[in-house]
Amino acid sequence: MAATQQTVDAVRDVEKYKYGWETNIESDMAPKGLSEDIVRFISAKKEEPEWMLDWRLKAYRLWLTQEDQEPDWAKLKYPKIDYQDSYYYASPNLGDAPKSLDEVDPKLLETYEKLGIPLREQEMLAGVAVDAVFDSVSVATTYKKKLNELGVIFCPMSEAIKEHPELVQKYLGSVVPYSDNFFATLNCAVFTDGSFVYIPKGLRCPMELSTYFRINEKNTGQFERTLIIADEGSYVSYLEGCTAPQRDENQLHAAVVELVVLDDAEIKYSTVQNWYPGDEDGKGGIYNFVTKRAACRGKNSKVMWTQVETGSAITWKYPSCILQGDNSSGEFYSVAITNNRQQADTGTKMIHLGKNTRSKIIAKGISAGRSNSTYRGLVRIQPKAEGARNFTQCDSLLIGNQCGAHTVPYIESRNPTAQTEHEATTSKISDEQMFYCQQRGMNPEEAISLIVNGFCKEVLQTLPMEFAVEAQKLVGISLEGSVG
Amino acid sequence: MSLIEIKDLHVSVDGKEILKGIDLNMDGGEIHAIMGPNGTGKSTLSYVLAGKDGYEITQGSVLFDGKNLLDMEADERARAGVFLAFQYPMEIPGVATATFLKTALNAKRREQGLDEIDAMDFLNLIKSKTKELEIPYEMIKRPLNVGFSGGEKKRAEVLQMSLLEPRFAILDETDSGLDIDALKVVSDGVNALRSPDRAFLIITHYQRLLSYIVPDHVHVLVGGRIVESGDKTLAELLEAEGYARFEESEAA
Repeated sequence: MAATQQTVDAVRDVEKYKYGWETNIESDMAPKGLSEDIVRFISAKKEEPEWMLDWRLKAYRLWLTQEDQEPDWAKLKYPKIDYQDSYYYASPNLGDAPKSLDEVDPKLLETYEKLGIPLREQEMLAGVAVDAVFDSVSVATTYKKKLNELGVIFCPMSEAIKEHPELVQKYLGSVVPYSDNFFATLNCAVFTDGSFVYIPKGLRCPMELSTYFRINEKNTGQFERTLIIADEGSYVSYLEGCTAPQRDENQLHAAVVELVVLDDAEIKYSTVQNWYPGDEDGKGGIYNFVTKRAACRGKNSKVMWTQVETGSAITWKYPSCILQGDNSSGEFYSVAITNNRQQADTGTKMIHLGKNTRSKIIAKGISAGRSNSTYRGLVRIQPKAEGARNFTQCDSLLIGNQCGAHTVPYIESRNPTAQTEHEATTSKISDEQMFYCQQRGMNPEEAISLIVNGFCKEVLQTLPMEFAVEAQKLVGISLEGSVG
Repeated sequence: MSLIEIKDLHVSVDGKEILKGIDLNMDGGEIHAIMGPNGTGKSTLSYVLAGKDGYEITQGSVLFDGKNLLDMEADERARAGVFLAFQYPMEIPGVATATFLKTALNAKRREQGLDEIDAMDFLNLIKSKTKELEIPYEMIKRPLNVGFSGGEKKRAEVLQMSLLEPRFAILDETDSGLDIDALKVVSDGVNALRSPDRAFLIITHYQRLLSYIVPDHVHVLVGGRIVESGDKTLAELLEAEGYARFEESEAA
């Protein structure tokens, strides 16, 4: 009987988003809508220098001319976004920035506890420095001192703009320029915060850097801006993970992440994305339009993107690599899970410019319910990319018969010495596999979770330990209710 | 009351009647063998008892430990102690055998109100079980059944059975695809599990397996009915004479 009750409870839980709550910390908000005044307001709030405001305004003015040119090539359907119906700035009402966790609002700390990020414990035990973004403003940065001693800069973007203007001016927008695309341009105009990382020459960053994002204010678009620079011969592993409270309004999220990798340097960037996906009928949920790009500028430089995308109503995201340095390499490992009415159009771009550049793409898409998942990828070999190589593998797994999986690979090779390989499979979880697992005592949801985790293993095992466990659980949670 | 009571069981697939009234009682400690020619409903019986979808029970009942087995989902039956060793075990790509075993074991423990098994305890348990069954320890790190030979698959089935300690184990053509050495290892594994509170139903085409796992009762299934029952000597007789005489009477 106990187990039956457990099952009943588990089923009931499916209807509630696991992280669906809201803290009621008053926000210091800008008025609703988007205008030049709002851009100036944000810049003023952040006490930004003139050059930063100018950049924002340049982007905003460009965006105005494109307002009706939202990209429509992705296989996504959603109502037209009213950009005037959103708030563009909100910060937790904290007064002066806290100097330690003791000064942080206990309510905030409580929220982190619920999210499973006990900062104190992390600080003491895990050795992970956390730059926690709460409603667009960073409120706590741990391990900063230790990282400082090593010459690592790990701070909120707003702080970097003030404290390290020479680095920000040199690199911000150098990978994703303000004119890059509709959403990136919007981000340039109104981004509120994000993370800035600089790893000095020759340093192998001894701890994984991690940031947790959280959207909390009603109707607050989140526009993070992240910039990571790995100087010559350095290495860093960066983790990004996020959850959001439940709500009915669609929330716009348009982040930009830029990675700069110099000679012999390496960046490993891992994401677990678990934003509110909307309810079973597709009501609510986050709209996630993200531009992530890495510039492998130096010779032998390396970037590894790993993403586990289980949340959001709409995902539009193509973490890419520009392989400019000779012998540079880019890898993209992706798991995208869609359930109910979720839609994901995600993939990568590998642009081979330098000699002997290599890229590897492993994309796993899982669709359940009435969802749609699209892999969209571009492998481009430019004329000078002598000896370039690419391997792409796209696997789709379907659960049920009302979902869709689509693969849209583009391969453009302009160098005859280049080699590209593409493999793709589409499969369904068979009734026989399900019966086999159930015959061993697993309930249908456990069985699905196990089979899907097996399907994704190649990707999940590239995640750092802390994330791998969480990701495995997420795979199960996000497919709850997809059977039976 | 017997551990398993099958009464007048009629089963159809796509409107075609496959089982036409099976009656069978099994007590704990007993080994029953069901023999018969191909296409006579042997595998249907094992799937129906294990709870696979796609079979329509038109008449009859099955009680397991006094409970109506046919009302339970496949996973509930498994957790209650019904185990089916598959003729063709499924491949689960990317899932290490150890992971699969642990998930199954924990599902059962949860049902019993126990905590999940401790990682070290699990490893020790697996080590001793694989040793007993002469399974190379390396095998449990490989994805379940993926690239396993016929013999390895059947050993993996017996390993699972040994770990889950069912009260009612059904072995569906476990001898198919086994060479004589593997057959012996698998049989030893099954014999080691013989116990007064556990019943086995062994489905086989050949008598061969039954020289290693000696049954208490042998039933002949032909045309969806048990046409004769006896002790182990019936199996030997069948081996010598074949099923011809039953098939003739079925046709008549």
